[in-house]
Amino acid sequence: MPIAPAARAEAARLFDAFREAGAVPVETDILQPAETLLDLYGEDIRARAYVTTDPLRGEMMLRPDFTVPVVQMHMAHGADPARYCYMGEVFRRQDHAGPRASEYLQVGYEVFTRDAPAQAEAEVFALFDDLLAPLRPKAAMGDIGLLVAAVEGLGTTARRKAALLRHIWRPRRFRALMDRFAGCTPAPAARLRLLERLATGQPAELMAQAGPHLGLREPDEIAERAVALLEDAATPAIAAREADLIDDLLRLSAPAPQALERLEDLGVDMPSIRPAVGRLATRLEAMEKAGVWLRQVTFEASHGRSTLEYYDGFVFSFFSDRAGIPPIASGGRYDALTRVLGGGREIPAVGGVIRPGVVAALKGAA
Amino acid sequence: MLKIGVPSKGRLMEKTFDWFGARGVAMGKAGDDREYSGRVEGVPGCELVLLSAGEIPRELAAGRIHLGVTGTDLIREKLADWPTQVAEVAPLGFGFADLIIAVPVTWIDVDTLDDLDAVAAQFRARHGQRLRIATKYHRLVRDFLREAGVAEYQLVDSQGATEGTVRNLTAEAVADITSSGETLRANHLKVLSDSVVLRSQAELFAARAAPWGKAERAALAALCARLGVAVPVV
Repeated sequence: MPIAPAARAEAARLFDAFREAGAVPVETDILQPAETLLDLYGEDIRARAYVTTDPLRGEMMLRPDFTVPVVQMHMAHGADPARYCYMGEVFRRQDHAGPRASEYLQVGYEVFTRDAPAQAEAEVFALFDDLLAPLRPKAAMGDIGLLVAAVEGLGTTARRKAALLRHIWRPRRFRALMDRFAGCTPAPAARLRLLERLATGQPAELMAQAGPHLGLREPDEIAERAVALLEDAATPAIAAREADLIDDLLRLSAPAPQALERLEDLGVDMPSIRPAVGRLATRLEAMEKAGVWLRQVTFEASHGRSTLEYYDGFVFSFFSDRAGIPPIASGGRYDALTRVLGGGREIPAVGGVIRPGVVAALKGAA
Repeated sequence: MLKIGVPSKGRLMEKTFDWFGARGVAMGKAGDDREYSGRVEGVPGCELVLLSAGEIPRELAAGRIHLGVTGTDLIREKLADWPTQVAEVAPLGFGFADLIIAVPVTWIDVDTLDDLDAVAAQFRARHGQRLRIATKYHRLVRDFLREAGVAEYQLVDSQGATEGTVRNLTAEAVADITSSGETLRANHLKVLSDSVVLRSQAELFAARAAPWGKAERAALAALCARLGVAVPVV
């Protein structure tokens, strides 16, 4: 379906507002090298993006979002600090018939700055809040940094924490790991059989019995993990009290001021989250100063899990409660992404995108 | 005319003919064995179309045939949102094969998808690249691994001799169809115990996009009555 003139007009209006806020307009290629995106997002991006082939440049993807090319451009030759805005089509492959568009407009605003992270976050949120106010959208925010801090504070092995952190964006998998590490669910029968077999001899002997070795994964890697599995089986479970606290945190959903109080309470028993809670307090203060009505913003500790994989701190979205409508806007902090794409350099970054098509549709329906 | 697409050669064709024959619908190649046209007897208004098994999903999706015999695996791999494109008419009870994930037998620390996920993380940290899984079933394997929460892998395309990719260092694991597991064993690979991506068999499908006129619907009803299966809603 072609992009509606109303969506284009809305995009132009939002783009102008971002320029007025001090952002420098930037353009990016529609054809992006597939390798960078695959390396960042993994195989799932193939299911969500259009892959095509360029005779000289190899596998390419139709731009699934602007963040990656904008970060790359900034890391290559950006001023410091910098504010950027952009407007254009993104392409998302849809494997199921339905109302989801496979081609739509995004208008975005990104801030790269080393100073006052809370102010930068408040600036982006307040700008979006202000532009979308006529739609009376619902607003939600979260903080991946809080979850990370909570996991890092668990009284368990570095290996278990690393496994949990790796799956922080996959709530079901995270839950399964947590239940297992906390001894709530027994190790699966297959794992017990594996452990029994591993306990019968040295890894090298067991490998020799199994057959000839093939492939890039070296015998020492296999032996290392075999030993790690046995060690892990002997590791005491995460204390029920600690597991409960993580649950309490994940379930937290309340208007931002109440959520902050609740998190301050949780911080008494979870000292590891206190610095992140402190940052949240500073952020909320900055948001309020910037004119955001905090009672109207829901803080959900789990917000942004499963959808916004590159965000690593503050996350937010604006959405309509009408069924079947995608989020109007979303964004967050993605410092780690600048590190991955920066080739040794990094810069704190926060930003977000608005979908003018959704804005136009909601205005049309009003 | 109700067009029925059937694999044009091999055991799949013979077994399809046998299955229809046992239910009173005689099918066969017309004339010369090398000629790709056929005949259907027992139900009026039907026409046999002999096609490569791999093309039958596409022909069904395009609605160029009304019915088609092909593997469950091919339908689910090749057709996005397959239930919106075809309806299942009957499983045929042959051509059984499982799509599974296999790793080298010397991976003594790996038995389940859980292990595969952990190894993918270890492999990426050590080798600086994602663990590669060779397959031709990209959609099925990707959906399955996403559902299972396996991360940091990469699919590499392999249209044949997939079991050899590990030996050739072009993949660390494979996802392929197996019926007996002999090829896997011969290539020193073992199946993960919880990795059955799909149990496949030959199946009769109906195309939703085919031109369903009065004559075709009548032929379909007569055919289904003869075969003893419910008439699909198309």
